[in-house]
Amino acid sequence: MRVVIIGAGQVGSSIAANLDEDHEVIVIDKDTARVDALTYSLDVLAIEGDGVSLSTLQEAEVEDADLFISSTDDDETNIVACATARTVSDAFTIARVKRTHYLDTWKRSGGAFGVDFMVCTNLLAAETIVRIIGLPASQDVDVFAGGKVLMAEFRVPKGSPVAGQTVAEVDCFVELTFAAIFRDGDVIIPEGETVIEADDDLIVIGSPESTHAFAGDLARDNDSANRDVVIVGGSEAAVQIAQLLEDRGLRPRLIEHDPDRARELAEMLAGTTVMKSDATDREFLNREHVGDADVAIAALESDEKNLFSSLLASRIGVDRTISLVETAAYTDLFEAVGVGAAVNPRDATAEEIIRFTRDSDTENVALIEHDRAEVLEIEVDADSVLTGQPIRESAADLPARVTVGAITRDGTLITPRGDTVIEVGDHVVLFAETAVVDAVAKAV
Amino acid sequence: MSWRLRVDWRASVGLVGTVIKYLSGTFLIPLAVGFYYGEDVPTFAVSFLFTIVVGVALERIDPDPDLGAREGFLMVGLTWLVVALVGMVPYLIAGVVGTESTLAQPENALFESMSGFTTTGATVMGSISLADHSHAIMLWRQLTQWLGGMGIIVLAVAILPELSVGGAQLMDAEAPGPGIQKLTPRIAETARVLWLAYLGFTVAEMALLYGLHLAGLAPNMGLYNAVAHPLTTMPTGGFSPEARSIEAFSAAVQWAIIPFMVAAGTNFALFWHVFNGEPERLTRDTEFRAYVGVLAALTAVVTGLLFVGTGIETTTTNVPPIVGEIEDSARHATFQIVSIVTTTGYANMDFNTWSDPAKYILLFAMFIGGSAGSTGGAVKIVRWVVIIKSIRRELFTTVHPEAVSPVRLGGRALDERAIRGIYGFTLLYLVFFFVAIIFVIADAWRVGHQVTAFEAMSAVAATLGNVGPGFGEVGPMNSYLPFPATSKLFMVFLMWVGRLEILPVLVLLTPAYWRT
Repeated sequence: MRVVIIGAGQVGSSIAANLDEDHEVIVIDKDTARVDALTYSLDVLAIEGDGVSLSTLQEAEVEDADLFISSTDDDETNIVACATARTVSDAFTIARVKRTHYLDTWKRSGGAFGVDFMVCTNLLAAETIVRIIGLPASQDVDVFAGGKVLMAEFRVPKGSPVAGQTVAEVDCFVELTFAAIFRDGDVIIPEGETVIEADDDLIVIGSPESTHAFAGDLARDNDSANRDVVIVGGSEAAVQIAQLLEDRGLRPRLIEHDPDRARELAEMLAGTTVMKSDATDREFLNREHVGDADVAIAALESDEKNLFSSLLASRIGVDRTISLVETAAYTDLFEAVGVGAAVNPRDATAEEIIRFTRDSDTENVALIEHDRAEVLEIEVDADSVLTGQPIRESAADLPARVTVGAITRDGTLITPRGDTVIEVGDHVVLFAETAVVDAVAKAV
Repeated sequence: MSWRLRVDWRASVGLVGTVIKYLSGTFLIPLAVGFYYGEDVPTFAVSFLFTIVVGVALERIDPDPDLGAREGFLMVGLTWLVVALVGMVPYLIAGVVGTESTLAQPENALFESMSGFTTTGATVMGSISLADHSHAIMLWRQLTQWLGGMGIIVLAVAILPELSVGGAQLMDAEAPGPGIQKLTPRIAETARVLWLAYLGFTVAEMALLYGLHLAGLAPNMGLYNAVAHPLTTMPTGGFSPEARSIEAFSAAVQWAIIPFMVAAGTNFALFWHVFNGEPERLTRDTEFRAYVGVLAALTAVVTGLLFVGTGIETTTTNVPPIVGEIEDSARHATFQIVSIVTTTGYANMDFNTWSDPAKYILLFAMFIGGSAGSTGGAVKIVRWVVIIKSIRRELFTTVHPEAVSPVRLGGRALDERAIRGIYGFTLLYLVFFFVAIIFVIADAWRVGHQVTAFEAMSAVAATLGNVGPGFGEVGPMNSYLPFPATSKLFMVFLMWVGRLEILPVLVLLTPAYWRT
């Protein structure tokens, strides 16, 4: 495919990095430094220019493009860029927006603005956070096979009963596969005798029940039901989180220091208790028993404030902290210093867009550790190397090491083991490092 | 970004091995020529096998190289060094086994090889003639220049899929001029486009030269010469199987070669735009216009100097006296200016016989260089354009201290960092030039070899700028043979840093690069 991407920020660069091996990618950005950096770091053509000007788009030969993605930080620019591209090109257009108003309009009109697919950053981040809330101790959760399969990432806490045990000892869950372990930046594909250490990031794939049971095992003291949620900050993403939690029947609390904004939020969110205060005011926090909350979500306007309020929440006794992080590079750091889970809206956005760029057999994709690795759901066809033989034997035919994490056949979950035979029409959920993902996807 | 602190030299060496392995295939061309003429077959068979073995051996040091930015510099620098080392093998074998060639000396063979690949065209061959050397060896000499012209790394990126990711960085380290231009989304495709344009020009020139021969306008331009010369015109190399270089051919041939030299000194990316139906991209390009302007201005001055008579005594029978002969004056001036500015280094007469003003103009021209993205050497036109423009800005801001005045190139404001880089490179180039002169003169004095300052200056300018011939004893009809071995090895180094534009090599010599 020929893909044109407007905006070489975090989202645009992640998408370009994911696509540059298999597709012809052209990236347009106004910023010279970004254009230069991309020219040398990726196998893409980076053009300096304004993505809403037709002449720039024609320089990028947008009329020959199959896919047009506008992922700048400005909603209006993205929508206008798609509309501009539409005037000369039949490419499938994807626009990234932050504000949900545009998404509502687009959904209601069945595709306004010349946008074929709209991705809302705040909504995606909110959905990710709510999924993480639903699974104790997790740092990332994604749903596959229509909810039959969960992919979850856990960090093994210090002193966890799981730390120091081998995978075989831990593996008492029938419907769960340990897909990978991230340790000090390396990916380990676990064998039975691999020892799990504290601070490892585990990637597991399996049924929701087994995943939940394992999460409970991982941190035995973490038996709270995650019902009492406090949201710190009244950003656009915070509103989305609160609404999603309301939809699940929870009554979250939201702390916002600006009186006007607090009033606005209170009018918008009927099922949420909005409190007007500075979230760092210890006296207020004690008075409101914020420390008793199960989960605190930091959704303020800056990463520094989010980190601070998360650490403060832990300090006063909140069991789990989840924070939004605008800078992707900080997510590891946040989790390293004790934030339970750090969610980067841009990563979530890139993931959603990349799903769209995959071929028709790929049903779903999750990016792990900023696209170090991917979990994919693929419908297996007759010419896949997986079909008709036990998984153990197909390993030799695959271009690289992958873990088959789960299989669904006619809507039922089959937990793969070495002797499982995969049939045509099965949906497999597998884990592979990003470097080899395209080769794997072709073979499967 | 790789966060490894140490340089993973194994990865660099492994990749160099891969490049060498594939490059060994080029020995098959002189091998075939050797078979045809029945000479030097074992020489090239052995060279071919030796190179494959070296390539595979180096490749095994790291079969799965993972190249970061630091490793890229090392890989590019080493590639050119190793290529020169394996390229000298046929000279050594042929020199030792057959002819009593000067190239039997290792330092001479290395000099000839490095001079070839870097498209310098300076020679240490004692006698350049097919009577003393086989057709195959002489063709290999031409071929080294052709391979080095558009770039060994560019060729590797075009062919080897494993270089697609870091390819842009590698090409940047090798490509002449500041930065590279991607023409297509895929760097490998860009590299292929450049090589195809290069190949196209080469074949066109072969057809034209041989056509002239068939039409009876070029008696000496037989098939062998018609194939051999384009192989060193397009890379702005300057080697010729003829001892008298282009002087051995008719006026028609000399005129025919000029436009190809001009094309070789032009940014090849612009040809791609012309081919895509955007010829205005070429004619509007600031650098190209400056380049043509410089050629025209210098040619006009030198034509005048030659026409009014400058004490030239023509030494060969096939070149008529040129004083007062407008066609001859114009032809020699145009040919020689284009040849020197583009750093080709062909000669259509012994310009040692020119007057001092004309010679100094040529020496000055050795610093100009071709365009960025061309096959030319030296400083490059675009850098001079930027320097002149930024000096104009200094003058302007002296008068208007509050003025904010970006330096523009082709309508676009240049980044201040880019300007600093251009200043830095140019200054470094001149520092290298002056320090190298001292070295060459001191080394000559050490062994009691007579060399004038002007000769030493021209030798350094011609090797550092990848031009080839200088003046006096390193003039176009002479060779670098009389220099002591130490000086020759030093010039090998100069050609190497000149071809890679100093920084990629210099960075390897800084302790910070290797520090953990």
